[in-house]
Amino acid sequence: MDSFQLMMDTVSQWTIPGTILLIILWGAYKRVPMYESFVTGAKEGFTVAVTIIPYLVAILFIIKIFTASGALEDIKVIGNWIFAQIGLGDYTESIELLPLAMTRPLTGGGARGVLLEIFDTQGPDSFLGKTATLMMGSTETTFYIMTVYYGSIQVKKIRHTLPACLIADATGILAAVILGYILYG
Amino acid sequence: MLNKIWFWLLLVGILYGFGKAAYNSWSQPEATGTVGIVAKDSPEGVVATKPDRRDLQEMGRDINGAALDAAELAVSICISLIGIMALWLGLLNIAKDAGLVDALARLLSPLMRWLFPEIPEGHPAQGAMLMNISANVLGLDNAATPMGLKAMQELQTLNPHKDTATNAMAMFLAINTSNVTLVPFTIIGYRVAAGSTDPAGQLVPIILVTSVTTMVAIIAVRTLSRLPRYAVAEDSTASTSESSEVD
Repeated sequence: MDSFQLMMDTVSQWTIPGTILLIILWGAYKRVPMYESFVTGAKEGFTVAVTIIPYLVAILFIIKIFTASGALEDIKVIGNWIFAQIGLGDYTESIELLPLAMTRPLTGGGARGVLLEIFDTQGPDSFLGKTATLMMGSTETTFYIMTVYYGSIQVKKIRHTLPACLIADATGILAAVILGYILYG
Repeated sequence: MLNKIWFWLLLVGILYGFGKAAYNSWSQPEATGTVGIVAKDSPEGVVATKPDRRDLQEMGRDINGAALDAAELAVSICISLIGIMALWLGLLNIAKDAGLVDALARLLSPLMRWLFPEIPEGHPAQGAMLMNISANVLGLDNAATPMGLKAMQELQTLNPHKDTATNAMAMFLAINTSNVTLVPFTIIGYRVAAGSTDPAGQLVPIILVTSVTTMVAIIAVRTLSRLPRYAVAEDSTASTSESSEVD
């Protein structure tokens, strides 16, 4: 297990340098004016980061209030009890990830707020922070994509799309938690 | 839908806090031991192994603090995100200018025939879907969505029942909602913004989980499309599109 983890970590650390290398080599091969191209793209960074502020304030606002009132704590007590009843008493910590799992398919902005709240209270390098990263990275805003894509061509009977996508989402969430326990638990 | 959730969570949060604190204030502090909390740390680092006995004044202060804290946290996160986003979008722009998306699309094209047997060879839908999936793999979200919408339009031209989804559409959506991203850079950005010492350590596990998810999505679409419940028919009772809010 240790060597498996070491290998995963090493490859992870080299993914970004490797991608950068691939991009600049390909760019050089295609004779892209790299510095100019980089600066043009980088200009958007400010806009992207600033435009998410209102969404983030809206979501963090409700999460923080919900947490401060003690309501979330009491829900967790119930969750812990249920987990203990079905024999998963050792895994009660993963209940903290339930808000993320529930918001992720619905709204990207909401899930981002929940993720950042977990980072803020638990730390990004804690078990929960890392598992939340896995969950966030491996699932998508299913309902949003379905609404926009089907809406654009006025398809109303979506047949098996919804169950198939939800099965995939549930798998992703479950796989993230399981791998989280294996790797960081 | 999001509007309602937002309202109800706020309402319940504030009223719950008020009710709980009022209960704590009115009853004797010693007698409230029934409200035991077993959980770990509460948000502000107050270890809540003892019962939550905040009175009305303390609760009000906590809720005030929480609201203002949220506003400040959002901005501080986004400020630290600016640099990272600029860095990554700059690199992605080089990738875009160098035509890396087209190269990846060519690489993936043999897969398309297997995934979408209904689409005729060389149909424009194929190209649009390839570009969308390639852009998603590279994390070019802004480029992916227009390509995806174009792909849906092209798929619609092959659709005999215009209000009903085809198998190819369902497959395309399922792949889209479980897409493998090579470098999920925005998430790394959030980790950096939150002060992680190891922001990129989870890239391989993420790719591992997404690969599993994508495979499950493909299998689920294939299997479910054969069920009589989801068969294409004029009078079919197939599930209709759920409404949901914009990102």
